[in-house]
Amino acid sequence: MTFSGWAEILLVLLLIVLAAWPVGLYIARVTKGERGFLHPLLSPIERGFYALAGVDPQHGMSWQGYATALVLLNALHFLMLYAMLRLQFYLPFNPDALAGMSPRLAFNTAMSFVTNTNWQAYGGETTLSPGSQMWGLTSHMFVSAATGIAAALALSRAFAQGGLKTLGNFWADLTRIVLYLLLPIAVVAGIALVALGVPQTLATHADATTLEGAKQTISLGPVAFMEAIKELGTNGGGYFNANSAHPFEGPNAWATMLEAFLVFLIPIALTFTFGKIVGDRRQGYALLAVIGVFVIAAIAIAYHAEAAGNPLLTALGVDPAQGNMEGKELRFGIPLSALFNVITTATSCGAVNAMLDSYMPLGGMTSMFLIQLGEIVPGGVGSGLYGLLVFALIAVFVAGLMVGRTPEYLGKKIQAREVKLAMLAVLILPLSILGLAALSLVVPSALASLGNAGPHGLSEMLYAFTSATGNNGSAFAGLSADTPWLDTTLGIAMLLGRYAFLIPVMALAGSLAEKVKVPPSSGTFPTHGLLFVGLLCGVIIIMGGLQFMPALSLGPLAEHFAMLAGKTF
Amino acid sequence: MATHTKTASSALFDGSLLSRAARDAFRKLDPTQLIRNPVIFVTEVISVLVTILGLRNLASGAPAGFALAIAVFLWLTVLFATFAEAIAEGRGRARAESLKRTRTETMAKLLPNPADRAIFQPVAASALAVGDHVLVEAGDLIPSDGDVVVGMASVNESAITGESAPVIRESGGDRSAVTGGTQVVSDWLVVRITAAPGSTFLDRMIRLVEGAERRKTPNEIALDILLAGLTLIFLIAVVTLVGFARYSGTVLGVPVLAALLVCLIPTTIGGLLSAIGIAGMDRLVRFNVLAASGRAVEAAGDVDTLLLDKTGTITLGNRMASAFIPAPGVTERDLANAIALATLGDETPEGRSILAFARDRHGMAPERPEGAAVVPFSAQTRLSGLDHDGHSFRKGAVDSVLAWLKIRSAPAEFSAAIERIARAGSTPLAVAADGRLMGAIELKDIVKPGIRERFAELRRMGIKTVMVTGDNRITAAAIATEAGVDDFIAEATPEDKLTYIRKVQSDGRLVAMAGDGTNDAPALAQADVGVAMQTGTQAAREAGNMVDLDSDPTKLIEIVEIGKQLLITRGALTTFSIANDISKYFAILPAIFVAAYPELGALNVMHLATPQSAILSAVIFNALIIVALVPLALRGVGFRPIGASALLRRNLLIYGLGGIIAPFIGIKLIDMLLALSGLS
Repeated sequence: MTFSGWAEILLVLLLIVLAAWPVGLYIARVTKGERGFLHPLLSPIERGFYALAGVDPQHGMSWQGYATALVLLNALHFLMLYAMLRLQFYLPFNPDALAGMSPRLAFNTAMSFVTNTNWQAYGGETTLSPGSQMWGLTSHMFVSAATGIAAALALSRAFAQGGLKTLGNFWADLTRIVLYLLLPIAVVAGIALVALGVPQTLATHADATTLEGAKQTISLGPVAFMEAIKELGTNGGGYFNANSAHPFEGPNAWATMLEAFLVFLIPIALTFTFGKIVGDRRQGYALLAVIGVFVIAAIAIAYHAEAAGNPLLTALGVDPAQGNMEGKELRFGIPLSALFNVITTATSCGAVNAMLDSYMPLGGMTSMFLIQLGEIVPGGVGSGLYGLLVFALIAVFVAGLMVGRTPEYLGKKIQAREVKLAMLAVLILPLSILGLAALSLVVPSALASLGNAGPHGLSEMLYAFTSATGNNGSAFAGLSADTPWLDTTLGIAMLLGRYAFLIPVMALAGSLAEKVKVPPSSGTFPTHGLLFVGLLCGVIIIMGGLQFMPALSLGPLAEHFAMLAGKTF
Repeated sequence: MATHTKTASSALFDGSLLSRAARDAFRKLDPTQLIRNPVIFVTEVISVLVTILGLRNLASGAPAGFALAIAVFLWLTVLFATFAEAIAEGRGRARAESLKRTRTETMAKLLPNPADRAIFQPVAASALAVGDHVLVEAGDLIPSDGDVVVGMASVNESAITGESAPVIRESGGDRSAVTGGTQVVSDWLVVRITAAPGSTFLDRMIRLVEGAERRKTPNEIALDILLAGLTLIFLIAVVTLVGFARYSGTVLGVPVLAALLVCLIPTTIGGLLSAIGIAGMDRLVRFNVLAASGRAVEAAGDVDTLLLDKTGTITLGNRMASAFIPAPGVTERDLANAIALATLGDETPEGRSILAFARDRHGMAPERPEGAAVVPFSAQTRLSGLDHDGHSFRKGAVDSVLAWLKIRSAPAEFSAAIERIARAGSTPLAVAADGRLMGAIELKDIVKPGIRERFAELRRMGIKTVMVTGDNRITAAAIATEAGVDDFIAEATPEDKLTYIRKVQSDGRLVAMAGDGTNDAPALAQADVGVAMQTGTQAAREAGNMVDLDSDPTKLIEIVEIGKQLLITRGALTTFSIANDISKYFAILPAIFVAAYPELGALNVMHLATPQSAILSAVIFNALIIVALVPLALRGVGFRPIGASALLRRNLLIYGLGGIIAPFIGIKLIDMLLALSGLS
């Protein structure tokens, strides 16, 4: 690890927080229906949508209404996307006449993009036409991101006041988030990426003659704008199979830094939004601090593991000063790779600019563990915040009794119903991750997908289900994912990870909203300040992470210690 | 508090209690009972499984020692949990037994005609119906709960309160309630029965103390859900481990998986949860307060507004004379003389304090003159005094005295003095002799010593104190300032109390109050914690959800502390239990995977001797920690009024950080002992 490496990492993080602060307040403002600086330009469009759909943005929805609207819209989008992927051959903007996807791959891919997972079992530029990439995938990157943010807003509002009957209007939230937040930033970022060298064209390839005189076909496409929302909406589905490691997705260090910035922008901004909505900025800062602890610790571990290099190679005479450069782009180096990697797994982005499969065991485990914690530090746009709030509720419930009152978070008493819903949501993670991964490791047809034997193979499989359930979408690679078993089970994992978590959370929001808001006093459990930050970190580790330790110790941990002992598989 | 309760609480455990609890611990293994406790139920199921496997191995000659050793300690885990509950119940049962002895079958004197005391028929107390009238005479036990209709008597209520000094019970007013099982010491009463057999105060009390009516409180239910959820999470982790292990080429035996699961699920808090609840109720009982339910005790911890009656709670019961102020042209001596004479017939505590003040400060202690006629206080004149030899002396409320004197406006100097007294929170009385205004008496409310500090303490705990008084605003404000309460309700009527409680509750706050009168009943019922005084009326006792046997409204503050202590104990042990998991991973994981990946031995940071001893040590620690924490569960974690932040920091450090570190040390020690004894 070097000073300049850390300086680079911390500078990017600092810039992100500084930018996220005004963005967070802006989100609180526009989703409340107040005017922002884009209103003169965009509010006619907003009103037009409402008029077209017959929506009254003032009309509040109960949690059931909100959740139903959300799930129905998502279901509709799933069917649309499924149809589009299957019928690709007959749809426009398919110059290379690429065939439609198989049913199981279309199911997997549609589920992947509707749930904000962006798991890519398909081959990117070789499977999908520019048309499918644009209105099939890119448009769903906006919808799935906006869905997550809307749900987080609904839960935040539940804490804002006492005796609320409604959580806001889902249609209005969705429209405002897309129109005032995602589109403007994506447009600006897309143009910036074009300027940095990312292609944006309807041509599918360029033909080049190499220095040796050979003919080469270089894939192109409408990459830049997809890239922008891919990062901004923590989606992660790249245009190319190689994702952000592809030179056209991440052409240089500046583009990579911009992408890292975009990935973190909204998840971090939402902590400020939360503080604003609940009327106590310190509450948002506390959540941000928890995120900071995990992110910096994870970067430190990954950076350290990669920079130290592989002791086995060092023993063979490879210079350890370069660290473990296998699978990493020389143009980024280790610090940026580690940063990018932690950022995209800490959020549910899942974009990759280096292949995790080639990371050192602990470097790869850090990423996997971050997702297993529930994708909450900071997690995907919106989904991270509501996941973090579920853990905050559990933390307050466990330790809050120690001040001698029945626990309350932000003035809302946590009782049997809330605990039940929170536990129901949290239970999904081990059930889907551990359950499906363990099953896949004993089913012969699934085992055939593994690229490696031994603990590394276990890591590959565990990572796949972790990524799908956490709606992250990044892959450990090394796993041939497009098989009937994996397409189906990973699709189910994505479905569970998104909706089986989200629906209890919406019910939780409804239950909390109705409660009276107890005014704070000196007898109230303080949910800001260092003590709470430490407590929440501990609860996330113990209750969100420890159940994965037995499985992890058979995967990356076994590999790590075996490597130290000089053993390979 | 009465003496007998002190002796009962002096020993946390005694021999007979322990042996009884040990027997009950086995009785409680009945799975149909244990299923109420999900964590311990799962442990029991697993214990059965491991035992069967161990015995099967033993029968078939396979190595069974390890499995059986695990089984023994799993069973001990379950037994320690049931033992904790049994011992908590046992402590209440002793009190219930002594109460039951007073509930012997008594004969009642049923009056067919309540107006005629001469004719009664003896019937069994258990045959009395609500609405019957009975005669109770000196030496009789009162057969059932009721209201005194006619008569006044002194009653020994020590069976209920432990207080041996008899109390007065009389018809009408707030002292009309009598309790079945108490004894009339002198005089007689006609009592109208208000409780059906089996549902008297004594019956309720016995059931409460025995824990027969114990239901899970809302917070216990929520905590149970959390613990059940955690159990499920770890169940998933352990069951799926079979698949992961198979892939890794290692087969994990059932005893090993059972050990891992039981160590990870929160058995410590699961085993102690009900004991904590029972012990909390028991602490209240020892404090001579009966709570109708655990829910009420829990609510007491949550209370953030205390409604306290001024008289008797904040101030000493009675106002005391603190100054005599002569009217213009009257000497102090003449005033003191007139005051003393006017007060001679006044037997109230206030009257006595005036006489004492006249004697001590002014040397004025007149004898009652021969033939003097005492004029008693009447509601019409609102005056009292003495007529003697053509002279008349009167004292009373200022406007009443002025009316008696037929003076429209008092001298300015006198009015100024009256106003000053009122503003200081004291009560002015005017004194007149022979048609002449003599001066004023200042009756001062004496704030109880130390109460101001208590209120400051409550404020640090985040509890708002509200003083309720019938005094006018000025007086109330002055006393409120002196006592340091946060708010006050002056000129309070019972409806005012009720309205105030509703208003505060609509803001999401929880209110506690104490009361004894029938007109307190609606407010007692509305309050989240309503503490009725044992001496109060039947209506009040039924409206409240707690009864204070000592009838001391100041105890409201301690009741809140006991409620908080209960919640803190629960939270502390939950945190401790969950924090324990970290070390158990470090003990068990390297041990069970060492066959598949010997390199994972690096995780054995405690350097435990062998894989077997590591697993066994974790299981033993897991069982022993329950029994080691029983005293803490019963005694409760100490509560300090230092504010939530400081309290949290302190408890998080002890039970959170302590919970992470303690098992590392404990497991290592047990492992060393196992290694020394050659068991592993």
